[in-house]
This record gives sequence, C-alpha cells and structure tokens, in this order.
Amino acid sequence: MIESVALPAPVQATLLVGVILVQAIILYAGYGVLERVATPLIKTITNA
Amino acid sequence: MEILGLSLALLVLFVSFGFMVGVLFGFFGMGGSFLITPTLLLLDYPASVAIGSGLAFYFGTSVIAVLKHYDVGQVDYKLGAILFVVLSIGIELGSRLVFGLEALGIANLVTGIAYVVLLAGIGALFLRRAANLDDEEGAEDDDEDADDEIPAVGQKIQSYTVPPMISLTSGGRASLWTISGAGGSVGLVSGLIGVGGGFIRMPAIYYLIGTPLTAAVGTSLFAGLFSGAFGTFTYGMSGSVDLTVVSLLLVGSALGARIGSAATTMVDEDDVIVYFGIMMVLASAGIALSELANWLGTGALDLVSVLLLVGSSFFVASMILYKVVQSAGADDADDAGAQPATDGGD
Repeated sequence: MIESVALPAPVQATLLVGVILVQAIILYAGYGVLERVATPLIKTITNA
Repeated sequence: MEILGLSLALLVLFVSFGFMVGVLFGFFGMGGSFLITPTLLLLDYPASVAIGSGLAFYFGTSVIAVLKHYDVGQVDYKLGAILFVVLSIGIELGSRLVFGLEALGIANLVTGIAYVVLLAGIGALFLRRAANLDDEEGAEDDDEDADDEIPAVGQKIQSYTVPPMISLTSGGRASLWTISGAGGSVGLVSGLIGVGGGFIRMPAIYYLIGTPLTAAVGTSLFAGLFSGAFGTFTYGMSGSVDLTVVSLLLVGSALGARIGSAATTMVDEDDVIVYFGIMMVLASAGIALSELANWLGTGALDLVSVLLLVGSSFFVASMILYKVVQSAGADDADDAGAQPATDGGD
C-alpha cells in the first residue's frame, strides 16, 4: 500500500495505478534490453 | 531480517513464485492472476487485500501483454469501450460484495470456495483436452471444424436483436443487452474473486457477442487492460492493494513470461498440458484443505496447502524450463554433428 496517508483516497488510488503502469513498462523495456545484451553474450560463452 | 516490510523468505517466495507463474502463463498464454489471489489467501492476507493485489498484478501483466501484442490482431474500439464500462460496473459490484462479505466475516470462505470450484474446473478442462489429444491427432480435420463451430447456446444468444443494436467493426451487429450481460457477468467475477477473467472474457466476446476470433483477442486485451486499471483503482481506494507484494510478483513474472513465451517454440504444449491440468487440480485441493483447516480451527494443514498450490506450480514451471534446456542441448548437439559435414562439403 502506498504510504502517502495525507493524500485523499482517489489520489492515492490513481497514484497506485500510475506506479504499476510505469513499473510494468520499465520491466518490459528493461528485460528486453537484458535479453538483447545477454543472448549474444551467452552464445559467445557457449561457443568459446 | 526484514526488507520492504517482508521477511527475506517471503520476498524470495514472491519473486520466485512470480517468475514461475510468468513461465507458466507465458507458455500457456494466460494471465495467471487466478494463482496469485488464492496464494495470498493461504498466506493469511485478508480477502480484500488478496483480491485487490491479484487485480493489480493482472493490470501489470496486461500492460506487458499489450506492449507485446500492440501490433498483433485487430481491436473493435467501440465494443472495447462499451465492454470497459460494463466490466467496470461489474468489478465495482463485485468489490462491494467482497467488502460486504468481509463485514459478515465470510469473505475468505466464499472466495476460497469460489477458487476451489474455478481451479478444479480449469484443471478438469485441461485434463480432458490432454485425454483427447490422441483422438484429435487421428481426426485433426474434423476437430478443426468442430472447434470453429459456435455452440447452439451461443448462436441463440447472438440471434437476440433487442434494441439498441450496436454495429461491430467486423460488420455484424449485437444487442447492447447481450454485451452488457456478458461483460457485466465477467466483471462481477473479476471483482469478486480478483481474476483478470481473460479466460472467460475472450470466449464471451467470441461466442456470445459474435466478434471474429482475431478481433476478439485484441478487443479482450484492450477492455481487460482498462478494467484491470479500474479494478486496481477501486481496491486501491480502500487501501486493499499491497504494492510491495504486487511489485515483487511483477519483477519475477515479467522475466518468467518472456522465457515461457520463448519456450513455446522449443517445447510442445501437448507434452506438458497434462501436468498443467494436474497442477490446477492440486491447487484446488490445496485451497480446499486450507478451508477445511480453518473450519476445524487448526493450522496443521496450512503448510500442506501452500505446498500443494505453490509447489505444484514450481514443479510444472521447472518441467518446462528443463525441457527448454534439454531442447537447447539437443539443438547444440545437432549443430555440432552437422558442422563436420558442412566443412566437408566446402
């Protein structure tokens, strides 16, 4: 739960939706980058 | 030792469970929120928090699914917008019912029983599909025709022309009452037990409203994304979403879903479908045991319940990962075997 108790409930709930949205986008993009970097690296190590 | 208000063991459990759920549902093409809520219930989270967090997890996985499929399939935006409204009304009603049941002190029991039935039902469907696999292989063409057929009930519902009628992008028309009934019911189930409901929403759009399959997938995803956000907002209003738990689950799930999705090109779904069915039945048994333990007033069965639910998911996901490694190993061996011949040919 978001600990911003001073904020009204609708603002907290909107903030919560925003945080999850941003987190999902970052995770999708982050793991995408990781996959691009890691795949050739693993192939290089395996073939060495 | 506590990190983010959780013990280290719980923190590891949530990330790894999220990962396994991601692998499973990336592989089988489902959202997976219907394993999250019952697990939180077994870990003694209040029903409203388990359901709210399950819906928030579903919203996060929907965002990832939309990002992945944004260019795949068509979306009927008008139908999607109407569905979003009726789904949201259903979710709102479902959440009010949960808070009402919580006030009566029976929310955990009702949600638990709903999950016993739901997971056992899904498990039975998968086991039936696994049992029919051999027959399907023998009469593939006949089955393809049968799969595409709209059942008599669906045809009857599609034939209702009670005004107002809505024009669909595909060229057909559907009664607003049919759309409201189908969407509202799915929303009610989502709000009541904290599942995304994609596994009933997509068939409802296809069989009851009559949208073509390609548009049904995209429209279901579109409506699901916004209704997931609304569900998160509704439960977030009462502070019933545990953001730490949802975040940890998403960290694991986003990675697992990538691996699960990639595994579909390496592992035949038919090889593991029977284990997935058994996993669902075991998960259902786990929740039933937990409800029995609560009724008997003993905590002795709690560990067995968690082991059945979480353990069976770990087992099936590990099996998929093992088959991926095995398949990759076989490919490497084939490449190594093929290398001298290529060199020789040169």
